Amino acid sequence: MTNRSVTKTKEQVIETGLFVVAFMTVVFLMLILGFLLTRAWPAVQEVGLREFLTGTRWMPSSRTPGYGAFTMIYGSLMVATGALVVSIPWGLAVAIYISELAPAKVREVLKPTVETLAIFPSVVIGFIGLVVLAPWVARTFGLSHGLTAFTGVIMLSIMALPTIVSIAEDAIASVPQEFKEASYALGANKMETILFVILPAARSGVTAAIMLGFGRAIGETMTLLMVAGNALSMPTTRVLGLPLPNFFGSVRTLTATIAIEGLDVPWGSLHYSSLFVIGGILFTFTFAVNLVAEMVMHRKEV
Amino acid sequence: MESKQPVMSSRHISLWYDKTRALTDITMDIPEKQVTAIIGPSGCGKSTFLKTLNRMTDLNPAVKMGGFINFLDKPLQQYDVVELRRRVGMVFQKPNPFPKSIYDNITFGLRLQGVKKKSDLDAVVESSLRRAALWDEVKDRLKQSAMGLSGGQQQRLCIARALAVNPEVVLMDEPCSALDPVATAKIEDLILQLKQEYTIVIVTHNMQQAARISDGTAFFLSSQLVEYDTTVKMFENPGDQRTEDYITGRFG
Repeated sequence: MTNRSVTKTKEQVIETGLFVVAFMTVVFLMLILGFLLTRAWPAVQEVGLREFLTGTRWMPSSRTPGYGAFTMIYGSLMVATGALVVSIPWGLAVAIYISELAPAKVREVLKPTVETLAIFPSVVIGFIGLVVLAPWVARTFGLSHGLTAFTGVIMLSIMALPTIVSIAEDAIASVPQEFKEASYALGANKMETILFVILPAARSGVTAAIMLGFGRAIGETMTLLMVAGNALSMPTTRVLGLPLPNFFGSVRTLTATIAIEGLDVPWGSLHYSSLFVIGGILFTFTFAVNLVAEMVMHRKEV
Repeated sequence: MESKQPVMSSRHISLWYDKTRALTDITMDIPEKQVTAIIGPSGCGKSTFLKTLNRMTDLNPAVKMGGFINFLDKPLQQYDVVELRRRVGMVFQKPNPFPKSIYDNITFGLRLQGVKKKSDLDAVVESSLRRAALWDEVKDRLKQSAMGLSGGQQQRLCIARALAVNPEVVLMDEPCSALDPVATAKIEDLILQLKQEYTIVIVTHNMQQAARISDGTAFFLSSQLVEYDTTVKMFENPGDQRTEDYITGRFG
């Protein structure tokens, strides 16, 4: 064998090896998905998907069991949406400041700082929420305890912030200089250029940042388990006759339900299977959100 | 070169990017409703000089400037920069339409000024596109994205966008350098049309282009203005040996 063909064989082996490793990720994804679906199937068959999605009575281990997961869907959507209401304007403001307004030195400090927020383990953030924010919420708003959706929203918005800032900042920073020059040359000032040229040009990246922030928020478990109270209820209030979510009530999320009940559920029971249905609902949310984000990011710019 | 009243006159303009000198003591007049070409090799300061004329150089914090430029009756620094840039429009080297519809590109400057009435905007869109010789090609797709136009069409759109705010002077920074010969010929025809109504200053590295379309030509070299005269004189009988060497292609 010549040297050259040895090299060639070697390359072949390495290439095949890398292919196998890469392909494994697809296999694992399929395995997890398959596992989720087969475990969820008995409950879907027995109870029906309709009860899971619309029912509000969740008592899977009762003598007269209820499998309505709508309460948790409500809780999850409520805190995730609430968190985005806080973190979208906040995150966009930070992203705009970092990429367009901050002096170089401030930017060099601010950007890694925001990204560092993402590396705190969620249990630490949850613990801080539990011992610092929750008592403050209880005192300030005169509640019996501070473990509320509001507390969850605040902690979650901080956790979604780095995702939104870093992706939106990338999108804003990649708006070509030529667009900005054209805008200034037409007599626009800095704020007009940001609002009417830069943000519209970066809108697909900004949308993706928001979607991924939502994915981050809806999938978060530990923090909400610790600070949102975990009550199986759908707190509502009426404002001018309209029923609205009451953020000062306790809620339980889809994720927290799996974490709480998954530990001591009898294996193979209908309850066990129904937790996989919850997992499936959660997966559908995050998958849809990521899919939309992906499509928006890769869509051809208008 | 005092054939017409100058619209802009630069007096002893020097400019530095940090410590690097980009312009040295530039004194020249820009006559009204003529095409003034600025030629010279890369890095000679011609684009920088153009950008001083609508204070785009203000955007770069590293820029320091000496001397002054008069626009009509007063120095540039005494104008509100927004008003100045409306009256002194600019077209860039690379066509840079916004990723918006053709209509929204043209109306951008007007909307900044607070014009909201649809009939007013519609009228300006049509007249600007007509003046930029683009109306017939795009009149049926005004609401479509400007990014779908060809490079030459995009550049004419950028010219139309600059004309939409009714400027007195139009600055063009190598407007044809990214275009093919056919698109270039169209822009050159357009420039000859536009000088009936506007004062035009064009930076070009293409000497044939300067010869074809300009009335006056300034030759920049190493941050200095070497020679400035009528285009005919510059190309047929230049006064400076360096101008002759550049124009005959001995360097550049």
